[in-house]
Amino acid sequence: MAAGVATWLPFARAAAVGWLPLAKKTMPKPPIDKKSRSDEILFVNVSGLRFQTWKNTLDRYPDTLLGSSEKEFFYNEDTQEYFFDRDPEMFRHVLNFYRTGKLHYPRHECIQAFDEELAFYGIVPEIIGDCCMEEYRDRKKENQERLAEDNEAGEGGDAPLPPNSTSRERLWRAFENPHTSTMALVFYYVTGFFIAVSVIANVVETVPCRPIKGTVKDLPCGEKYSLAFFCMDTACVLIFTFEYLMRLFAAPSRCKFMRSVMSVIDVVAIMPYYIGLIMPENEDVSGAFVTLRVFRVFRIFKFSRHSQGLRILGYTLKSCASELGFLLFSLTMAIIIFATVMFYAEKGTKGTNFTSIPAAFWYTIVTMTTLGYGDMVPNTIAGKIFGSICSLSGVLVIALPVPVIVSNFSRIYHQNQRADKMRAQQKVRMARIRLAKKGTTNAFLQYKDDGGLQDHDSDSTALCVKNRSAFEHQHHHLLHCLEKTTNHEFTDELTYSEVCMTESVGYRTSRSTSLSSHQGGSSSCCPRRAKRRAIRLANSTVSVSRGSMQELDTLQVHKTSVAPQSRSSLNARTEDLKLNCDDRDFTAAIISIPTPPANTPDESLPPSPAIPGILRNSRSGTFPHDAVKISSL
Amino acid sequence: MSQCRKRCKRQLTKVARYFYRFVTGTLTQDSIEDDFELSTVCHRPEGLDKLQEQTKFTKKELQVLYRGFKNECPSGVVNEETFKHIYSQFFPQGDSSTYAHFLFEAFDTNKNGSVSFEDFVAGLSIILRGSINDRLNWAFNLYDLNKDGCITKEEMMDIMRSIYDMMGKYTYPCMQDDAPREHVENFFQKMDRNQDGVVTIEEFIESCQKDENIMQSMQLFDNVI
Repeated sequence: MAAGVATWLPFARAAAVGWLPLAKKTMPKPPIDKKSRSDEILFVNVSGLRFQTWKNTLDRYPDTLLGSSEKEFFYNEDTQEYFFDRDPEMFRHVLNFYRTGKLHYPRHECIQAFDEELAFYGIVPEIIGDCCMEEYRDRKKENQERLAEDNEAGEGGDAPLPPNSTSRERLWRAFENPHTSTMALVFYYVTGFFIAVSVIANVVETVPCRPIKGTVKDLPCGEKYSLAFFCMDTACVLIFTFEYLMRLFAAPSRCKFMRSVMSVIDVVAIMPYYIGLIMPENEDVSGAFVTLRVFRVFRIFKFSRHSQGLRILGYTLKSCASELGFLLFSLTMAIIIFATVMFYAEKGTKGTNFTSIPAAFWYTIVTMTTLGYGDMVPNTIAGKIFGSICSLSGVLVIALPVPVIVSNFSRIYHQNQRADKMRAQQKVRMARIRLAKKGTTNAFLQYKDDGGLQDHDSDSTALCVKNRSAFEHQHHHLLHCLEKTTNHEFTDELTYSEVCMTESVGYRTSRSTSLSSHQGGSSSCCPRRAKRRAIRLANSTVSVSRGSMQELDTLQVHKTSVAPQSRSSLNARTEDLKLNCDDRDFTAAIISIPTPPANTPDESLPPSPAIPGILRNSRSGTFPHDAVKISSL
Repeated sequence: MSQCRKRCKRQLTKVARYFYRFVTGTLTQDSIEDDFELSTVCHRPEGLDKLQEQTKFTKKELQVLYRGFKNECPSGVVNEETFKHIYSQFFPQGDSSTYAHFLFEAFDTNKNGSVSFEDFVAGLSIILRGSINDRLNWAFNLYDLNKDGCITKEEMMDIMRSIYDMMGKYTYPCMQDDAPREHVENFFQKMDRNQDGVVTIEEFIESCQKDENIMQSMQLFDNVI
């Protein structure tokens, strides 16, 4: 029931007085309305913009946030108003909905922002008024298409393979995304080349060549050099067959693959050759065989795997199917009408070309598409008049659906271009996110260095530790708790790589669990530890093979293979990790570490918490880790 | 013959004018002017104080009533279509259009085809704030379709059928076809004192006052607003 009608309910109840004298039974007692019926003005503060409205207005829609008791959660006792920390511009539309009963969609707003606001206020988007519903639907569909594309691009083939994929999966990936491996790329270009060769051969073999010595007639090249063409054809077909069989083998779902369009094209392209081989040299059948050779031209469609433009065109035609259908239907109607008229108009003429109505179809089509070959021409005056009307209407009928098809094509083409750009941007975005994550870890490690983890009284706390925000303190405390829980410590990649390097040298491992990694209470703020090495954070391809290391007498640089119990560090992904310890120069200062080093990143660590705000600049150069603690498990 | 010729001439001029408009492309003419006239019809009620005198509502109640009224009918008057539509929202199962029509007639005291806010409030004032007698009077006015001072069996039959229509098809027990008729017979038996086939206002009020049920249910409407 429309909520606006709620205002008429008292009237409807009053009108029930007409039934009373006629009632057979006594009336039930009316419900007692306990709460005060007096209407009051409510204040709604949305991000500073104050709105005022009657309580009744909001009560009209009791299944939304503002109409139900849910809004009490947002009530601010001090200021006696309801406070919402949302977009005030959008709230205007929401409130108007309560007032007028119609929800309007503001055209200049982002559709997702609008949807989110509606979801927050508990309003179903379906009640958008008719005036704005179409616009809303179009924008929503566009947005969804865009998102679907982005998802596809995101999970598209550029992501690295999981390490334990079967050869079949890898083969399939190579076929679908040739850019992933060089072999796939080579194969891709080779098949493309052979498609071109095959098509050109098909074309050239019909060109007339100079006749053989002794004959007069011009021969098509195919017959003159039949052996050469046959060899070329064989080679192409072999390659295509091989490719098809490989794809069939690698396909995750063979049935689905066999039903797909590209697979059908592949089959149709190579079948004529095999049929030609199998079939005997029979006179009757060879005629049919010649027809089959026509299907060889379908090889040109195999190019659609190589060309995105072709795919877009195909997709456009598919999406404009209804417009094309309309065009076809209206053309057919018009053709039949005009053909009939022309036939009867030209019936009287002697030796006329319009021998039957189907014969007149050809004239009508040629005229309506403004081709005008001139092989069939009306002679009577009536015929000429109707012929001119026919050509004029032809232009109209054909011109109508064309803009729709064109706009569809343009939209799809631009979307495709956008998808490519998105993929490129995705890489940049990923790099930035990785950097941010590193920054967060570095912040924590720095915090530890600065003595934040130690329990000390406020006097000796370093200033820089004190200056951290409450949020950081709590977050670091949380990470510290995790360390204590698992009895491991967070560390950075470089320290970790050092660890792995000396493992194979076979030092005794010591179990140390104390966590304090430096003397507490330094005089200066953020004491600078000895510079150890240049750190390239962003592109660090540090190994994260984990080993156990213990008190170091000497530190040697060894290139070791990944230890069996290798684990990954916080942020580095296994793919990036390569042993690259060339540029380390370990100084003897390391040896003078008082406290035993023990620092192992824990396997069970979750990826560093995504804290978007904290992006410390990579503290290249100073990574004050003179104490690295390691404990072996 | 001359009539024929006149008609022919008229048709010819029409065709010629149509052809002219077809050629110049002014076939569809703007009809904004017609719409413009209708929308300027707007009705403003009398002042709040005057209404307060005329009815038994307080100022606040009148304000609430008017705000609701104006929201639904920005032009200030309700026509019968809107009235029927609004009323049908409350009775989705049956057909309430006939009863709504009778109600409309009862509210539209000056018989101009539309109910303004004053009519609306006047009617509500009687029903909700009036004495028992006033209410009974109003009910009688509702039943008396031709406003001649007495209710005949046919009028009652119409009213009864319209009320039963509001129930719709799905009732328990099943609706018999002669249920309205039976009900009317009952009513007349109760109300018609002198058995002359019509119920006058005095008979009506007298019979109602004697009936405890009716008197009690009349109190129901004191707290609707």
